[in-house]
Amino acid sequence: MKLGSLGLAELSRRLAVGGLCLRVGPFGLRISADQPAVSRGLLCLYQDNPLLDADSFCDGHIVLRRVGTFGRWFKPQVQAHFDHQPIFDPVPLPHALPLLEWMLNWHVTAHAHQFAIVHAASLERGGLALMLPAPSGSGKSTLCAALAHRGWRVLSDELALIDFSSGQLHALARPVSLKNRSIDLLRDFAPEAVLSELVHDTPKGTMAHMKLPGEHVRRMHEPAHARWIVRPHWQAGAAATLRARPKTDTLMDLGRNAINLDLAGGQGFHRLADLVGQSDCIELSYSRLDDAVVLLDQMAQGVAA
Amino acid sequence: MSQDLLTPLWTRRDLPDWTSVEWERLLSQARRARLLARVAAHLSDRGWLERVPGGPRVHLGNALRVAHRQQQMVRWEIDCIRRAIGHLPTPIVLLKGAAYVGAALPPARCRTFGDVDILVEAGQLRAVEAALLEAGWSTLPLDSYDERYYRDWSHELPPLYHAGRGTFLDVHHTITQPTSRFAVQADVLLAQARTLPAEPRLSVLSPVDMVLHSAVHLMQEGDFARGQRDLLDIVDLLAHFGQKPGFWPELAKRSQALQLGVPLVDVLTVAHRLLAADVPGHGQAELQDMAPRGLRNRAMAAMLMHAMRPDHPDCDRPGTRVVRWLLYVRSHLLRMRWHQVLAHLLRKAWMRHAGTTAST
Repeated sequence: MKLGSLGLAELSRRLAVGGLCLRVGPFGLRISADQPAVSRGLLCLYQDNPLLDADSFCDGHIVLRRVGTFGRWFKPQVQAHFDHQPIFDPVPLPHALPLLEWMLNWHVTAHAHQFAIVHAASLERGGLALMLPAPSGSGKSTLCAALAHRGWRVLSDELALIDFSSGQLHALARPVSLKNRSIDLLRDFAPEAVLSELVHDTPKGTMAHMKLPGEHVRRMHEPAHARWIVRPHWQAGAAATLRARPKTDTLMDLGRNAINLDLAGGQGFHRLADLVGQSDCIELSYSRLDDAVVLLDQMAQGVAA
Repeated sequence: MSQDLLTPLWTRRDLPDWTSVEWERLLSQARRARLLARVAAHLSDRGWLERVPGGPRVHLGNALRVAHRQQQMVRWEIDCIRRAIGHLPTPIVLLKGAAYVGAALPPARCRTFGDVDILVEAGQLRAVEAALLEAGWSTLPLDSYDERYYRDWSHELPPLYHAGRGTFLDVHHTITQPTSRFAVQADVLLAQARTLPAEPRLSVLSPVDMVLHSAVHLMQEGDFARGQRDLLDIVDLLAHFGQKPGFWPELAKRSQALQLGVPLVDVLTVAHRLLAADVPGHGQAELQDMAPRGLRNRAMAAMLMHAMRPDHPDCDRPGTRVVRWLLYVRSHLLRMRWHQVLAHLLRKAWMRHAGTTAST
């Protein structure tokens, strides 16, 4: 059963009482929340994600709760909990949905050490995966959201999950986070994109999340082997170019963006080295989203030809 | 349906036949008690890990990875400390977790770490602090009250932080506060410390002192939410050292000499009751002579049984919170005089209150 089939009232009820059991990629998560914005946000962004039975095993229980009796009325805030313990500082009530997304990211990076986790967008096309390793603010999420509407399947916009034994990239099946100007940019680029309500004045500015196309979520259990590792580099006025990037530099890019590689020691290093070895390593400079998408399209066609 | 699944696990004879949701609860309780890796090792040692359902098994495997990595980091941290202060004329005694890792003792396996603790000679404290600051550690900003608390009343420097490695270091000049009811002279401990064969500049407390330190630490720090982990450490140490002939009588003798018989007996009693730890009769008989008797002992044992459960709402029973609070206050009374405790706890409560109102 999909989350979307619940309807807003039943979804809110489940979030308020026992918790909603949601499948996101390889993980099952129990979510409790009593803010209407969270119910609406989940219904918008996760409508295609499967639900789990309440008595199935979940990897964690994330609880968002309004803080304090006094705080309920005066500058209300929302606090995230995990294992019945507060995580992070409370945020203003209107920021509840970004907080939930933040908690889902935190949960993966703090517990999912069965994967090598790299801070990178990952997408798939024709059974082959593209990685965009870059820190926050580099425009990788915007590029990822654009590619989602041009023939690429999003595996993850932020956390690439690399299988230790097979080296394949797994899909996280979660929305793409957009900030500030990239929200309008994406709306112009792909008017069909479904976005959540705008949330203003977060530490990252104005935020919105883009729902993944239904097919991307349906195919979340199909991993893919990496074929391209592209470092995106947005520069005002730059002509769009693809340039080969030295493999050693690309390995360093992955290393710098690795989240839990130290846990795996030598095994983790070799896993990343193999990934770089088997992939075309490329630097993408661009100023216009359309140009970047065309170039990456040609890159993928080149392999197919 | 909510219940403490973690505590009874240590004494079970077979893998529990838990539902998915019960496994989920166990993981949550074990994470709160900082014992997830230990659960994994416990199940693995008994050959039960393969029979754990796939979902929870992944988490147990991950916890072992984290614990393994943390041990590596603690070994590296110990080496950095040695290089920073090894030239100073003081013994460097590793305490608690660092000692278990340094001396390769059983509790080290699958234990996670918050910080590293060392003991140095009081006379060298300033030089040690200066050398550590020189080598990249820094002090966290403290208000003048906390600064004075550490400098005047405490048995340790304010915690040192290494920004490059994100690690914390506590430098002690003895194992109990100077104001404590159980004040212990550091030179008595240092005289018995054992040099590490692999690293002659480092040492650990003698086996009996190590057990006594763990016991007094557990009763005096007031952090009973982590109590079960500390108790399991002690049970491991007893099982390991207890095999050597003469350990138990020596433990009794030493606890008498250092006047630490009361916390030792309290801890042994709860270890025996809660974890069915083997506490051999011979040593214990001597120990019981020192222990307070009757109602006080029974009440203390009952309270500790409460407080040692994981700090998780599943595991709370009526009164758990009150018991934890009483033991917390008592832990302060062991460390300081009553008027100091009153002032200190009021001050801390006020700071907490000011902190929450400031952030809302």
